[in-house]
Amino acid sequence: MRKGEILIETKDLVKIYPMGRHELVALNRVNLIFRKGEFAGLVGPSGSGKTTLLNIIGSLDLPTSGSAVVMERRVEELSHKEAARLRNEHIGFIFQTFNLLPYYTAYENVEFPLLLLKVSASERRRRVMEALDWVRLADRASSRPAQLSGGECQRVAIARAIVKQPAIILADEPTANLDAENSHNILQIMAELNHELGTTFIFATHDEKVISYLKRKITLFDGRVVKDEIIS
Amino acid sequence: MIGFLLKGIIRDRSRSLFPFLTVSLGVMLTVFLYCYINGLETNFIDSTARYASGHVKIMTRSYAAEADQIPNDLAYIGVNSLLEELSHQYPELIWTPRIRFAGLLDVPDEVGETKIQGPISGIALDLFNPESPEYSIFDLKRALVAGRLPEKMGEALLSADLAQTMDLKPGDKVTLISSTMDGSLAVANFTITGFIRFGITALDRGAMIADLRDIQQALDMEDAAGEILGFYKNFVYRDKEATLLAQNFNDRYKDDKDEFAPLMLTLKKQSGLAELLGMMNLFSSVLVLIFVVAMAIVLWNAGLMGSLRRYGEIGVRLAMGEDKGHLYRSLLIESAIIGFLGSLAGTALGLAVSYYLQAHGIDISSLMKSSSLLVVEVLRTKVTAFSYFIGFIPGVGASLLGTAISGLGVYRRQTSVLMKELEG
Ligand SMILES: Nc1ncnc2c1ncn2[C@@H]1O[C@H](COP(=O)(O)OP(=O)(O)OP(=O)(O)O)[C@@H](O)[C@H]1O
Ligand SMILES: [Mg+2]
Repeated sequence: MRKGEILIETKDLVKIYPMGRHELVALNRVNLIFRKGEFAGLVGPSGSGKTTLLNIIGSLDLPTSGSAVVMERRVEELSHKEAARLRNEHIGFIFQTFNLLPYYTAYENVEFPLLLLKVSASERRRRVMEALDWVRLADRASSRPAQLSGGECQRVAIARAIVKQPAIILADEPTANLDAENSHNILQIMAELNHELGTTFIFATHDEKVISYLKRKITLFDGRVVKDEIIS
Repeated sequence: MIGFLLKGIIRDRSRSLFPFLTVSLGVMLTVFLYCYINGLETNFIDSTARYASGHVKIMTRSYAAEADQIPNDLAYIGVNSLLEELSHQYPELIWTPRIRFAGLLDVPDEVGETKIQGPISGIALDLFNPESPEYSIFDLKRALVAGRLPEKMGEALLSADLAQTMDLKPGDKVTLISSTMDGSLAVANFTITGFIRFGITALDRGAMIADLRDIQQALDMEDAAGEILGFYKNFVYRDKEATLLAQNFNDRYKDDKDEFAPLMLTLKKQSGLAELLGMMNLFSSVLVLIFVVAMAIVLWNAGLMGSLRRYGEIGVRLAMGEDKGHLYRSLLIESAIIGFLGSLAGTALGLAVSYYLQAHGIDISSLMKSSSLLVVEVLRTKVTAFSYFIGFIPGVGASLLGTAISGLGVYRRQTSVLMKELEG
């Protein structure tokens, strides 16, 4: 099973938040490896450090100590610019609250990462429509987020994450604001993408529905990895 | 990317409307005030030239030194030949002599006893020479509010205000009591044919206008005049030209040690006008600066509130891999676009108001009651080419400055914290 190339490797990753006089240890010596094509989830109670870990892997945050190597770059050593480039080229994010840009259409939201990558106009058009096809929203390309349902918004967010064909997609509670039907719908889409494009997915979730799709389940508790199981 | 920003600006009214309106308003005021100061300055130069200084003025050196006291004993003698010479040497100007005089006006009753007396300050003009420019310079036809203009020697005009306090009617006879060039008592009779009002408080307070030759006779000033004024024929004052002209003229007398040698002074050199105009220019610049700072503070705050509202967008864009510098620059570009559009609208409005007031004017006579400045009571704005551009300095400047400060928040906050705020 564990054969693909290593995309992410954390070594003794520690994240400490100062809390007045005390310290809050959000991550405590986390050692994990993620390979190409994984469909893995971080589970655990609220406050166990799932989001913190995703943020560090996504180079949105820095560890207090230890290291995280993502796509052969040590995130703790990257400048702002280099971190931005890493996210831009290799990482897609999906959030609990969708976080689409409200004044832009579905099409324009999906197009945005390609604008940053300076992709040519015709190529952008092709790839945006392809991504919207993947999430079955090509016919809603010109709708604004306010005109879309929650499930549709999250599908646009998925299209936005995959349009640049990143190696890794980090999804923090992607189903928390969706009903069961929509949750299954987007999970199916993500499983297909994982299967067909080989995109690596890492979730942070409490949701049993999400957990039922996972191929690997990592349990965090108080910032520690307490269980790491392969589900076949 | 610009297209992306433009869509945001156009669709998100709450992001662009307030800054747009702020900039428009500020720019409108800047443009209007600039035109107002321009108008004030032009108006001031114009009336100073007409009624007091000419574009250039020739006096004797000693008269010039005490010009404020109207020292007619130091007047220039030999006016006619000097005028002849001037019109040959400098044909681009019109030359005209004047005598300013002060004295008492005595109104007799039926038996010739003094009924009422009052102080006057008069100007003697070349009235009966058909080539004289004074009629049009003083616009006497328009200034006349009662009676008629003088037609022959011995006739004069009086300020309507003074005529009212002295209870005069057109056609009344008065006696001017003054002093001659060599200091003895001068007495002359005049018929007041009409009353005038120029709309310039300082001039209307006690003015008498008489013919030059009448006053020359009355004050014993044969072929003499206190001042010889020169006006450019197109009536536009250009300081550089006038300064060169004065230099050229004065150079011809530089070896003459006589204190009665003629001296030419430009409009700007006379009566502290240079300082005043300098102050007006300074005032314009300070004005623009104040608007830049005030608008920048308002826009800075608007930007702060705007970026609070936009943390979500900013967080997402950073997560998508936009670099902070790129994001910051895009905020600046956005504000430059808004500032530019706001300046465009504000300039249009400011110019509209200014053009209207250039044509119609506002009455400021109540403000000028006790003023001694030669400013007409109807104030007009003046639109110049620069009026079209000046608004863009505070408009775009303040917009950029406001965003540059408020946008720094992008750098100060950690990306993950921005993200957290967007989750909340
Ligand atoms: N910026 C911060 N400052 C201080 N403490 C923080 C900060 N971010 C997270 N924490 C703390 O770190 C711990 C881990 O937080 P994290 O958000 O990773 O938990 P989580 O597993 O994602 O929880 P949930 O399931 O509720 O999303 C929590 O106790 C949280 O309060
Ligand atoms: Mg979380």
